[in-house]
Amino acid sequence: MKKKKSNAIWYLLPALIFLGVFMVYPLFDVAVYSVEEGYNSASQTYNGIGIYNFRYVLRDPYFLQALKNTLILVLITVPLSTGLALLISLGLNSITKLKDLFHTIYFLPYVTNTLAVGLVFMILFKKTPYSEGFVNLIINMFGGQSVDFIEGPYWAKMLVMSIYTIWIVLPFKVLILTSSLASVNPDYYKAAKVDGTSGFRIFTKITLPMISPMIFYLIITGFIGAFKAYSDVVAIFGTNLNAAGMNTIVGYIYDMLYGDSGGYPSYASAAALILFVIVLTITVINLIVRKKNESYS
Amino acid sequence: MKIELKNLTKKFPNRNKKIKTDVVAVNDFSFEVPDGELVALLGPSGCGKSTILNMICGLETPTSGQIFFGDDDVTDVPAENRGVGMVFQSYALYPHLTVRENIIFPLQNFKGDAKLSKEEMNRRALEVAKLVQIEEYMDRRPKEMSGGQQQRVAIARALVKMPKVLLLDEPLSNLDARLRLQTREEIRRIQRETGITTIFVTHDQEEAMSISDKIAVMEKGVLQQEGKPQDVYDDPVNLFVAKFLGTPAINVFTGKIRDEWLFIGDDRICRVEGANNRPVYVGIRPEGFVLSDEGALHCKLDAVEVMGRDTSVVSEHPALTGAKTIRSIIPSESKVDTSKDEVRFDIKPFKMDLFDINDEKRLIFRGEDIK
Repeated sequence: MKKKKSNAIWYLLPALIFLGVFMVYPLFDVAVYSVEEGYNSASQTYNGIGIYNFRYVLRDPYFLQALKNTLILVLITVPLSTGLALLISLGLNSITKLKDLFHTIYFLPYVTNTLAVGLVFMILFKKTPYSEGFVNLIINMFGGQSVDFIEGPYWAKMLVMSIYTIWIVLPFKVLILTSSLASVNPDYYKAAKVDGTSGFRIFTKITLPMISPMIFYLIITGFIGAFKAYSDVVAIFGTNLNAAGMNTIVGYIYDMLYGDSGGYPSYASAAALILFVIVLTITVINLIVRKKNESYS
Repeated sequence: MKIELKNLTKKFPNRNKKIKTDVVAVNDFSFEVPDGELVALLGPSGCGKSTILNMICGLETPTSGQIFFGDDDVTDVPAENRGVGMVFQSYALYPHLTVRENIIFPLQNFKGDAKLSKEEMNRRALEVAKLVQIEEYMDRRPKEMSGGQQQRVAIARALVKMPKVLLLDEPLSNLDARLRLQTREEIRRIQRETGITTIFVTHDQEEAMSISDKIAVMEKGVLQQEGKPQDVYDDPVNLFVAKFLGTPAINVFTGKIRDEWLFIGDDRICRVEGANNRPVYVGIRPEGFVLSDEGALHCKLDAVEVMGRDTSVVSEHPALTGAKTIRSIIPSESKVDTSKDEVRFDIKPFKMDLFDINDEKRLIFRGEDIK
């Protein structure tokens, strides 16, 4: 027994070292930075320890804007993308002809580069001196007024951002849900059919409960992913997100570190910890709700 | 209610798309299940018996042929309107629902006038739960129950809507040996108490023979023989049926008839009157061997297995086909002289069948005297 234990550590060591250096130490460091007041990155000195950094961040209008943007993005995209993915998966699961083709088509956005998708969205939505953007052309066709989706009103920018985010996260969700739908024992459906169960009842009483663990998984990872949104926003609105009013929390953290107004690792760390607390809270709430609803494991 | 299957045929497209010919799962299958009887569809895996069950309950549509429930042609009636209860091999109990919710599930599907009140549903669920003796587990979930209990829940769920027909697909295959014995008696009891016409599918001949009123033996989608279990066992129509029924299996020898005498190898067994000279297969049931010093069949003794109730003698004979050793069961009183290499048997004529060497059909001329 003893010998086995000492062997195990050697197998674990590489992973432990990497996790320690790149995960545990930075986490610890972030916590330390966040309480060091008046930290100067050039001289590596600070005045004292306290919660000033948090107070600063929470009063910073840019952070509050970023927080608002992120929350709106999360609240819109997570339910919508999960619901859409469920609808698409049900559709994919029920067709027989060309099933593989449709599976591939719905999975394509997943393997497409974020920036390439961003480019396509530019063509769709961006107003330039030469073109109104594809969506505006359609709006005009129906007699509507052109909207500047990229530099225009807040709701228009948020709309583009939401559509973009949903578009990006959808394929993974569809993939997970189609495979979990396919793994439901077909005997359940046969039994339900022999008993004359209606399609709606089969869906709500059999299909949904059977795939609910996967739906919960998607919701939790969806929340976490949406809270960490950054590269998608950059792909559409460029790097000067504060000017566009479209910054996210992760964007704010980045700006505080490296942006034009950067060089404030303490503020960045405080913001990162705030984000961590938010994500942790939501995940815990999700898990509690799941535990309550979970009728079987 | 009587069930009648008329010339049922089911073809599936070949899985290998390059082969254009269809796979015939069930071929021109005609069969009648008398009202209130327990009938077994018996055959090796892949013989089409489950397909027949699926056609009876409406999950599969026959390629041709008709299905009658009583006088009604239900061939084109959708599954939910046929009034059948089905128990799946996997039981298909909904894991997220309790036993009660599982049993009530079919009742909640009733629409219009047939709708039941909550009390009525609970009453019926409890009634059927009592019938299968699971009433104390009503609030458990399926995975908190043993295989045998789950099986009963599945039967209860199938019975709760008071179907005219009960179908069971391999009901015992997921149970261990002891439970299997118990559960098959349970199925028999439930069937007797409800008087519901029941068809069950199995590949286990012992299971089929022990509890059915009638069995139908199938091979490759074709009905081989039907009848009372004992009749089919005693009078198999062909070598397949003879081999499929009975444990240990029937011993098959190559033999020949010469001048109205049956020979197995060089051993002259018995007279077969009215038979012409021809090669034959000789099938002898394990219980058809009688130990005798003067016996006609000379075998090389391998082993004697004492099983208490009776004794199993394992021996060899050059003319044996299909197996390495002869399995014979003799009463425990008869003592085998294990010091000798040879053991000699007489054959009980009514435990021996002759089969044509080409089409393997049984030849009807019984041996008379045994020398």
